[in-house]
Amino acid sequence: MLKTFPVGGVHPSENKFSAGKKIETLPLPKSVTIPAGQHIGAPTQILVKKGDAVKVGQIIAKAGGFVSANIHSSVSGKVSKVDDIFDSSGYRRPSVVIEVEGDEWLEDIDRSENLKTEITLSKEEIIKKISEMGIVGLGGATFPTHVKLSIPDGKKVGNLLINAVECEPYLTADHQLMMEKADEILVGTTILMKALNVNKAYIGIENNKPDAISHLSEKSKNYKGIEVVALKVQYPQGGEKQLIKAVLNREVPSGGLPLDVGCVVQNVGTAFAIYEAVQKNKPLFERIVTVTGKSVNKPSNFLVRIGTSTDTLIEAAGGLHENSGKVVSGGPMMGKALSRTDVPITKGSSGVLIFKEEESKRDEIKPCIRCAKCVSVCPMGLEPYLLMTVSKSQNYERVESERALDCIECGSCSYTCPSSRPLLDYIRLGKSEVTKIIRSRNQK
Amino acid sequence: MNDVILYTLITLGGIGALSSIILFFVAQKFKVIEDPRIDLVEEVLPLANCGGCGYPGCRNFADACVKAEDLNSLYCPVGGNETMSKVASVLGQTVEGKEPQVAVLLCNGSNANRKHTSIFDSAANCTIAANTYGGETECTHGCLGLGECVDACNFNAMYMDPVTGLPVVIEDNCTACGACVKACPKNLFELRNKGKKSRRIYVACMNTDKGAPAKKACDTACIGCSLCFKACKYDAITMANNKAYIDYNKCVLCRACVEVCPTNAIHELNFPPRKVKPAKEEVANEPSTEVKSENQ
Amino acid sequence: MSKLLSVSLSPHVHSGNSVKKEMYGVIIAMIPAMLVGFYAFGLDAVRVTAISVIAAVGFEYLIQKFLLKIEPTVTDGSAIITGMLFAFNMPSNLPIWIILIGILVSIGVAKLSFGGLGQNPFNPALVGRVFLLISFPVQMTTWPKVNPMNFSMVDAETAATPLALVKEGLKNGDNLSDLMGKIPSFTDMFLGIMGGSIGEISAIAILLGGIYMLWKKIISWHIPVSMLGTIAIIAAILHYVNPQAYAGADFHLLTGGAMLGAVFMATDMVTSPMTHKGMLIFGFGIGLLTILIRVFGAYPEGVSFAILIMNAFVPIINTYVKPKRFGEVKK
Repeated sequence: MLKTFPVGGVHPSENKFSAGKKIETLPLPKSVTIPAGQHIGAPTQILVKKGDAVKVGQIIAKAGGFVSANIHSSVSGKVSKVDDIFDSSGYRRPSVVIEVEGDEWLEDIDRSENLKTEITLSKEEIIKKISEMGIVGLGGATFPTHVKLSIPDGKKVGNLLINAVECEPYLTADHQLMMEKADEILVGTTILMKALNVNKAYIGIENNKPDAISHLSEKSKNYKGIEVVALKVQYPQGGEKQLIKAVLNREVPSGGLPLDVGCVVQNVGTAFAIYEAVQKNKPLFERIVTVTGKSVNKPSNFLVRIGTSTDTLIEAAGGLHENSGKVVSGGPMMGKALSRTDVPITKGSSGVLIFKEEESKRDEIKPCIRCAKCVSVCPMGLEPYLLMTVSKSQNYERVESERALDCIECGSCSYTCPSSRPLLDYIRLGKSEVTKIIRSRNQK
Repeated sequence: MNDVILYTLITLGGIGALSSIILFFVAQKFKVIEDPRIDLVEEVLPLANCGGCGYPGCRNFADACVKAEDLNSLYCPVGGNETMSKVASVLGQTVEGKEPQVAVLLCNGSNANRKHTSIFDSAANCTIAANTYGGETECTHGCLGLGECVDACNFNAMYMDPVTGLPVVIEDNCTACGACVKACPKNLFELRNKGKKSRRIYVACMNTDKGAPAKKACDTACIGCSLCFKACKYDAITMANNKAYIDYNKCVLCRACVEVCPTNAIHELNFPPRKVKPAKEEVANEPSTEVKSENQ
Repeated sequence: MSKLLSVSLSPHVHSGNSVKKEMYGVIIAMIPAMLVGFYAFGLDAVRVTAISVIAAVGFEYLIQKFLLKIEPTVTDGSAIITGMLFAFNMPSNLPIWIILIGILVSIGVAKLSFGGLGQNPFNPALVGRVFLLISFPVQMTTWPKVNPMNFSMVDAETAATPLALVKEGLKNGDNLSDLMGKIPSFTDMFLGIMGGSIGEISAIAILLGGIYMLWKKIISWHIPVSMLGTIAIIAAILHYVNPQAYAGADFHLLTGGAMLGAVFMATDMVTSPMTHKGMLIFGFGIGLLTILIRVFGAYPEGVSFAILIMNAFVPIINTYVKPKRFGEVKK
């Protein structure tokens, strides 16, 4: 019996068209637009101005606090504009536009392909390095990694979990990364173990990727304390809380963090980025992005410089089919629909997913038939039908007491609802209103 | 047979008597003593329970009126001055009259004026849409057209115009309760003084972007050009965040600003038609034939 | 790009579940039981079922179109289910006018007056049945004798159901073991060779439908298992205490509407609780009430009443029985 989390969950069709496609390096674009905010936390402070010459890896925006991350230039060239430009949120946000000239990297970045396994830095130096290099969680949440690694006094971490579940349908970026960069990931994991001072790490992989499981298991024999755990395919296993429950059978308390059960969870892509940052001195300025969809001619996994326009990626994958109705940044279950395709790829973009016109429209909303499917698929043990009702009627006290804030927004409820009710839409509304209420309550 | 009737009478009568005694004592025990004036005040209120006064319902407002030492800090926007003076006479106080107000929509991004760049396809709720992204057009400040204000209105004073895709305030029904002001996630409603003969001039735009992107997003955006600011002789116009604002207390309704506005972002309402040249904004307000796609 | 992109919140994919699929799944699951009914009671059963379904769909359409003036929703299949379930609970020799009255109550009163699909607190088919049972007790409790493959329209002989037989017998002071000899064998009852309403006679056909619905994830196992389990356990205990006065678990499970109720009527999504724990409580309540009515009450059969009574408790169950929250902090 493979491990998985016990309550709820769904199993959407996987549609992993780009599985097994080698990671291609996308040619340098003519210009990049790098948003100054690509992470959760305090906004950054832009350090460059129009006309400045920058090199690849040069810092262009400084973290604006502890929970914030530096941003580096992904190309070399000249800053042509510092302005508010549309990003994937559909709002104008401060961004730096750089016209590409050549490909000149900062000298201290090690561009060789050699695997460097020896870890010379100390625990504190590693965390400092990760912070300098602007590493954020690459699974999509973009939480600054150094914050996660700085364990507050009184908390004890026993285990490191590497999230290689990739439970989102369609996406294959992490899968391909594991196949091609297994050693780097394992070294990155070892670095993380050193930074956290733990001697046990688990890499959780769903068993729809048997090649990755056997490949990493084989390689992990050379590294101390790393175990690969095969997991049953079930969405949303990639959620931190679900992953911990599946691998270690520990339940993160409501409102708590993985730290409360002695765990730290990092995405497999983050582990690779940490390897590059610590061992090769390379800031986070490129990432692997899956471009896929039923109408895409050439579903691919691209290595992309941050700030490249989404258009460029779609072009490289065979162009936007004229019958396309929706473009999603990220996976189909939790990704964000884009209102325009000229927005830049950011640190959090794990995929670009193109839906056909007929796939992109929601079905007509029917009355709730109280089939209780939403309740049984909710991995957090909530009652989505009830949360939707109370949040629609603006009964926010009830929304809070029914623990809407526990919702991880995995979308299983809306996915399964036979009446196509927008359950998660209204739960999100309730959550945002409740958060506002709590914030104003705390201020009093 | 008589026994049966007798027993029935005795038992039922006994239960009845016992219950009434219990009820009597319970009523005594839980009696709530209220100021009788609250009822009197409540009688003269409109009883719409709209919450426009800041209290959850009319009774709470009546309670507040009775307790208040000075009635001038309280105001029932629905009943207006008439109701407030009645309340004052009930309580033996006096109130100063307030100028009646009306809600105005500070957006003119109709389907004709704002090009759609995407289709919103989720729960038809403005707050959800605003939390999701900037909106169906390039203007991230304007009306989302999903009608949360109409739902919030208790007085049938608002409807969605299917042609423009914008809500319309029915002036006669509007009580300036402020429900729409609170409901709109983009803060597009303002309560403004009704003005002489219901005449009003206001900047119908909340776009704080710079001129070029604002103009690109919407034909009638305020681009922050300051022409109206220069044209106004009464200091009624202030410029902030790339847009103009007209103070309704200072505005004398001279319409100088309306004429100079290059984008017709400044609206004039209920004025007689101009003699010299046809009013510009009528062109801008002309209903378009394009019908906004329904988003359910 | 010519077309505008649509923007929606995640999730961007849908399972493809729909109300229609759920409803037609239930209808498919009911077909075996219906066929056994046709086999056992012949053309009469076909007549009752057809009239019920047509009347249910027709009334729903007419009421929605002309009385409520809303878009009729007959295509979602819920009216067909109500019609079929209603017919399943009818003896096959029922006159047409009684059927029409029952359906009108089911659709008009029990379903549409509460706001239509999803809003009704009580199972519509059962409300119709109970209404008829109280209004027309004679017609409703006169079941024709099983006459397999008889497709002539001749009035069939009538016979009491095993439940009624035993109840009547016990009341007259008969010995239970003698009475047991008069009713059909348990194999016959399991297959469906006994008197009764159209859809309730064959346990195996109903179970087949139940398994189909479980496989299609239309229902969960909680309600049928807890309801039948409760009936079995209580019946077994009573039988153990006094074998001469109380029939055993097998008798109670196979006779009357226990199976039909457990699989098709108690599991009705609209009128059952939302959480698994709640479903267990709901099923337990139905089982308990069924046995109480059957053994100690005036009616020989109590499933319909038990389900309706427990339907009334569903809002309370939903309010107080919550699913186990992930990471619940113990206080």
